[in-house]
Amino acid sequence: MPRTRGSAGASRPAKAAAAGPPSDYVRPGRGHGSHVRVGPQLDVDRVLASDGVRIVVCCGSGGVGKTTTAAALGLRAAEQGRKVAVLTIDPARRLAQAMGVEQLDNVPRPVKLPGAAAGTLDAMMLDMKRTFDEVVEAYASREKAEQILSNPFYQALSSSFAGTQEYMAMEKLSQLQAEADRTGRWDLIVVDTPPSRSALDFLDAPERLASFLDGRLIRVLVAPTRGSLRLFTAGFSLVTAAVTKVIGGQLLRDVQTFVAALDTLFGGFRARAESTYAILKARQTAFVVVASPDGDALREASFFVERLQEDEMPLAGMVLNRVALPPLPDVSVQAALAAAERLDESDRTAAGLLRLHADRLTQVTRETALRRRFAAAHPGVATAIVTALPTDVHDLDALRVVGDLMASN
Amino acid sequence: MNRPPARLHIVTGKGGTGKTTVAASLALALAAGGRRVLLCEVEGRQGIASAFDLAPLPYGEARVAVRPDGGEVFGLAVDAEAALLEYLALFYHLGRAGRLLDRFGLIDFATTIAPGVRDVLLIGKVYEAARRLDRDRRPAYSAVVLDGPPTGRIGRFLNVGTEVAGVAKVGPIRRQATSIMRMLTSHRTTVHVVTTLEEMPVQEALDAIDELAGLRLTVGDLIVNSVRRSEVPAKELDALSAGRVTPKGLLAALAGAGLQVERPFVEGLLDEGRALAARLDVEAAQSARLDQTRLPRATLPRLSQGVDLADLFDLAEHLAALASTPTGPDSEGR
Repeated sequence: MPRTRGSAGASRPAKAAAAGPPSDYVRPGRGHGSHVRVGPQLDVDRVLASDGVRIVVCCGSGGVGKTTTAAALGLRAAEQGRKVAVLTIDPARRLAQAMGVEQLDNVPRPVKLPGAAAGTLDAMMLDMKRTFDEVVEAYASREKAEQILSNPFYQALSSSFAGTQEYMAMEKLSQLQAEADRTGRWDLIVVDTPPSRSALDFLDAPERLASFLDGRLIRVLVAPTRGSLRLFTAGFSLVTAAVTKVIGGQLLRDVQTFVAALDTLFGGFRARAESTYAILKARQTAFVVVASPDGDALREASFFVERLQEDEMPLAGMVLNRVALPPLPDVSVQAALAAAERLDESDRTAAGLLRLHADRLTQVTRETALRRRFAAAHPGVATAIVTALPTDVHDLDALRVVGDLMASN
Repeated sequence: MNRPPARLHIVTGKGGTGKTTVAASLALALAAGGRRVLLCEVEGRQGIASAFDLAPLPYGEARVAVRPDGGEVFGLAVDAEAALLEYLALFYHLGRAGRLLDRFGLIDFATTIAPGVRDVLLIGKVYEAARRLDRDRRPAYSAVVLDGPPTGRIGRFLNVGTEVAGVAKVGPIRRQATSIMRMLTSHRTTVHVVTTLEEMPVQEALDAIDELAGLRLTVGDLIVNSVRRSEVPAKELDALSAGRVTPKGLLAALAGAGLQVERPFVEGLLDEGRALAARLDVEAAQSARLDQTRLPRATLPRLSQGVDLADLFDLAEHLAALASTPTGPDSEGR
């Protein structure tokens, strides 16, 4: 099948179409919104109002308004009476200011809601190093924890390297969930995820950790410090030699010390990863894929939808941001452009406005085609539309408008 | 002052600003005059294939576009696992041990569990391509363009060599990481920052420029993408915003051009005109914020119908000035 420009998930639409149950949160009937309707509608308020839903995970590629969507969902739920915690990864500065989470202290802080809001809203920004440190401190003896925290390999791992963020976001989620269960401080946690495909890497974490722990590699890494000589088969020493050759003896020793110190904790990590996975897979979680109506973002949305369906994760639907509102269809693109040309000499205002009209029509046509393609590949995915706003969103009022748009459809 | 030409161009920008489109156009522009340019991506999105309207690229350097003047663009979707195996075979001649590492789960561990390693491998591959010589000992490519990670991750991504060198005090991986950093911080590498004239992308662009400068990376150009053309001239737009254009007058003007429309339609047109004025104000304010960077700037037009292959060639023309830094005989300071 030839690939089509800007196609969303063109690679395997047939399979995707077959996979995945329809969303539980489809709004019945036709809406009365003025944007172009494509596919089933996501009933955002039903997701937020459902007592059964205790976690909402927003995922999607960068620049589609993921953090804004998470914040808007959190605010809306709080104003409808829920006790909400919003976990953001890397919010834009002014949005962070609006939510009062400029301090990176890894603790949820209450957001002041105007008037008599029915519920509460707390927000926090993830500090991945701190989260990792806390895990180590929680699971290891004091002496071992110190050993790990001062290990150079650990320090680089926990603060500088990409990849840690995804795991730590999920770790923080399970901490918040545990606190919510214990204290009842929150009944809904909204999570923003890092802006990349690897955002879903945590889905693989339990399996990865298991194969790592049960595999032979860990013996390569742990054995020399334990001196279990009987493991030194020919292949084994060849591997150790190769690793030493590539990364150098000193780094290998750091890694070995680190892995040996963590060895007792790995069981805990694994149990934790498995329980987080189970929480995410349960009906108390709703995944929301966030996208905008352009080819790249919808292609990424396809990737997320297919990945979630593969793991049978509870996908509530998609939020599509920045959708262009169609103009009145009275004049076609061709007619507008032709008239604009006739008006160029006599009335430059009228000519310009007709060109704007043609431009807007072209944009709407293109967006609609992209959305149709996505809907054809993923017919079960319910979608909520947020029409394009003239300005950026960086205060609670604007977040409320986004929430209203999302729910009004 | 005559600086040695940059051979590695890294493109970053906030997600959604059109980074991949810009990287693809820049590669086309750099290929002018019959040159060979390699365009790399590292995020596994197959963005190059989709920009050039091709099926997903296999791991390897495949030709993705040819200019009328014979200039060629090759595409490479860098894969960490393949890069690691290739690296082990190339530098350590680890034939059998390389396969053993795979069986022991080390390859999977290095590319997926051990954070950091992945980024070193990805940049390492780009570094290798940028330094590669052909059979006549001439550079295999006259320029390499990397469609890099977005602004939020670019600093960490490009600085990973320093981090690794900090962890590995001796040994070959340290040497490798150090020479990668030497190339990235030399004038042979330039980072271009893409933004649209919206508040958040501009803020991220400014933050990234500071961060990159702090890491001693050379920031090349600011590429302002998706800039709106004012369909209505400034003077007329002012009059419109001030309410001096009436629906009645507009109805008459359209009727004069043969368009018989209803009043709601012209009211919609006027709303659209006022919204344009508001957006242009925002764009002007954001453009002024970018002035403080004093970086050379290229401007690319907004394309409401989407970007196709022909558009990439057009956009390349807009970037021609940036790409025209003479790429003479290559002499890399070693």
